[in-house]
Amino acid sequence: MDTVKASGVRKRGAWLGNPFVAFFRDNLGIIIGLLAICAILTVMSPAFLTQNNIFNVLRQVSMNLYVACGMTMVIILGGIDLSVGSIIALSGVITGGLISFSHFPLGPAVACGLAAGVLIGVINGAIISQTTIPPFIVTLATMNIARGAAYVYTGGQPIRVMSDEFNFIGAGYVGSLPVPIIYLVVIVLVSLLILNKAKMGRHIYAVGGNMTAAKFSGIKTKNVQFFVYVFSGLMAAIAGVVLASRMFSGQPTAGQGAEMDAIAAVVLGGTSMSGGVGKIGGTVIGGLIIGVLSNGLNLLGVNSFWQYIVKGVVILIAVYVDFLKKNASEK
Amino acid sequence: MESPNLLEMRRIMKAFPGVVALKGVNFELRSGEVHALLGENGAGKSTLIKILGGIYQPDDGEILIEGKPVSIKSVLDARAQGISVIHQELVLVPEMTVAENIFLGREMSRGGLVDGKSMIEEADRLLGLLDIDIEASAKVGALTTAQQQMVEITKAMSFNSRILVMDEPTSSLSGKEVDALFGNIAKLKARGVGIIYISHRMAELERVSDRVTVLRDGEYIGTVSTRETDNDALIAMMVGRKLTSYYTRTYRASDEDVLEVRGLGDGRFLKDVSFHLRKGEILGFAGLVGAGRSELVKCIFGVDRFTSGEIRIEGEPVRIASPSDAMSHGVALVPESRKAEALFLKQSVKYNISIKVLKQFIRSVFVDRKKEEAIADRYIRDMSIKAPSSAQIVGNLSGGNQQKVVIGRWLATQPKILILDEPTRGVDVGAKAEIYAIMNKLTETGVSIIMISSELPEILNMSDRVMVMAGGTITGALDRTEMTQERIMQLATRRA
Repeated sequence: MDTVKASGVRKRGAWLGNPFVAFFRDNLGIIIGLLAICAILTVMSPAFLTQNNIFNVLRQVSMNLYVACGMTMVIILGGIDLSVGSIIALSGVITGGLISFSHFPLGPAVACGLAAGVLIGVINGAIISQTTIPPFIVTLATMNIARGAAYVYTGGQPIRVMSDEFNFIGAGYVGSLPVPIIYLVVIVLVSLLILNKAKMGRHIYAVGGNMTAAKFSGIKTKNVQFFVYVFSGLMAAIAGVVLASRMFSGQPTAGQGAEMDAIAAVVLGGTSMSGGVGKIGGTVIGGLIIGVLSNGLNLLGVNSFWQYIVKGVVILIAVYVDFLKKNASEK
Repeated sequence: MESPNLLEMRRIMKAFPGVVALKGVNFELRSGEVHALLGENGAGKSTLIKILGGIYQPDDGEILIEGKPVSIKSVLDARAQGISVIHQELVLVPEMTVAENIFLGREMSRGGLVDGKSMIEEADRLLGLLDIDIEASAKVGALTTAQQQMVEITKAMSFNSRILVMDEPTSSLSGKEVDALFGNIAKLKARGVGIIYISHRMAELERVSDRVTVLRDGEYIGTVSTRETDNDALIAMMVGRKLTSYYTRTYRASDEDVLEVRGLGDGRFLKDVSFHLRKGEILGFAGLVGAGRSELVKCIFGVDRFTSGEIRIEGEPVRIASPSDAMSHGVALVPESRKAEALFLKQSVKYNISIKVLKQFIRSVFVDRKKEEAIADRYIRDMSIKAPSSAQIVGNLSGGNQQKVVIGRWLATQPKILILDEPTRGVDVGAKAEIYAIMNKLTETGVSIIMISSELPEILNMSDRVMVMAGGTITGALDRTEMTQERIMQLATRRA
């Protein structure tokens, strides 16, 4: 290969490898979509583009995005995690119950709530990695088990936590910045580091892209599967604790449907259900699109039931556009 | 006056982009005859059969059935002409019954609903005609392979086929089942059905066929009566070609053994495999498809378990239970099917090459991108991989370049022993030569290579020694002076 040409090509390749440029290039479609929706909403409602409202949107989407970051890894792996919604409930009620009934201090109570979510993740990861039972079935089962455990623990009633300390976790501010947004930034950064930088990230793409090739390459596929489901469980637990904190109570009914919202964000963000491809950046945009739409429809006074329909239509449009893109590139 | 042949194929030509598969092939079949079609992998047998079966159209030549020219434009046409093909991989639905499978796609119905009872009755009748002892209501998945094959035969006969093509029908049958199959073939012959029988198993051809036609490199070599020929003559017809050497191997003698395998068996198929690999050597593994070569190397590499025997690397016995064990001992395997077993098609060249050596440039979450680029670039250069950049998606590369990516990935692990399973399959001539050059260079640096190949010229050109396998065991070892195509073929077709 001509050395001059080669070095020229390499330089261009390095520039395009710059993460920010790559982010824009990969997600151009949905970024434009998001900006378009924001533009339309700004015109239609003066209340949209205010600092207060923007923080509102970010705060509302953050819990879904914690879960969606974990779900992104699960779906890249070629699996799925239906238990996250139940984990949200379980971690919330355990934290709440330990504070209110068992009089645990805040720190240990939160730790136990997170541990409960991690435990469900461990169960998912262990069964999925050691057997050929499809992740759909395994996490469907643990979804029921975790939800049931939450009901059993609470006797079906919400657990009130009259603690301002506890409430700060989800409803506090650092300056004028709501705390959940800070968690969001941290979680997104950690997820990005894992997927894009760490060896584990590449192994996740490998196992999801071609498990046979991953095995032949000496990758310990069982460990990778285990890690991903544990991480997903932890993310859902974090969302559960934050949610309970905001509601001043641990509710066994919390998080119902959360798995679908997370999957919607992931899929909107361009991650393929068949595995092997996907990015956190896309998931964030996907979650933002859903959040902005909900927020906008609220501001415009649209009946909240319509939001379900709008959400569903947006997802269909997004995956159809993705399908068209794929067909065009596979010529 | 002699009655016309049941089937005549004359001067059939078929070309695909890049290769001429059939160069004017003739074939004829009489009614009530079993006519074997013989030839190496790539000789053109399956192309000819696919033309007969309506899957391909010939570029030139004609097909006559009972003296009348016919045009077979589709599988349905073929069936209408009375031609049925029974493939090596049976195409039955395991969860359905025998009757449902036989009538798949043309279910009997009464008043818009599927008439299961009539189908079972009719299926039982057909099975009875062939004296096959299977219940029409049995689930196909519960039958043995031999019985499933009988179901396929019955299905073919239910179309009133006059011409039956059987592709490697005995590859999954035991001795008794083979006898039963031959019994059925005799019955079909008595009914005037003409059977085209494709197989590599010379002993069987001797038993069951009346005539044999040999193809080689897409050319029609000749047709002989089975009684009037023998194995050696047939092998000579199959392989007698001039070798064009791609590459001259510069042989490096070395006496140390870098790998020794003793008595390896997997309890299923591989039996008592023993061989040794010398340092700097290229050891060829020849044999027919299904001989067990890929299974053997998968055991050595730790992908599959073996139940008996031992492996010694540089004199020390080693325990290999997983690919990472094998890699830690310096063994690398480039698998047979690069798309299914090695490549991450949606990822870049850089990702695919570096995936095995992440430790060299990633420390927890710190990626040394320069080092990663350097590794990728080095192998892109060394292997002459033609891609616009290391970010190129591997799925878009040609077969030859994809193969080089896989080899490059393994070279990055600095292996001592490199196992290549069909290294130039689906690779163009130019890339082939480059891969041979790379193999030669590697042995000069002390890497030892095991090369599995079904291409005899490749084996003969590149190997220092050849191990031949058949039926899950080693049937012979040949050194450079003993290596001839005929000898390899003899060992490859020997039933152990």
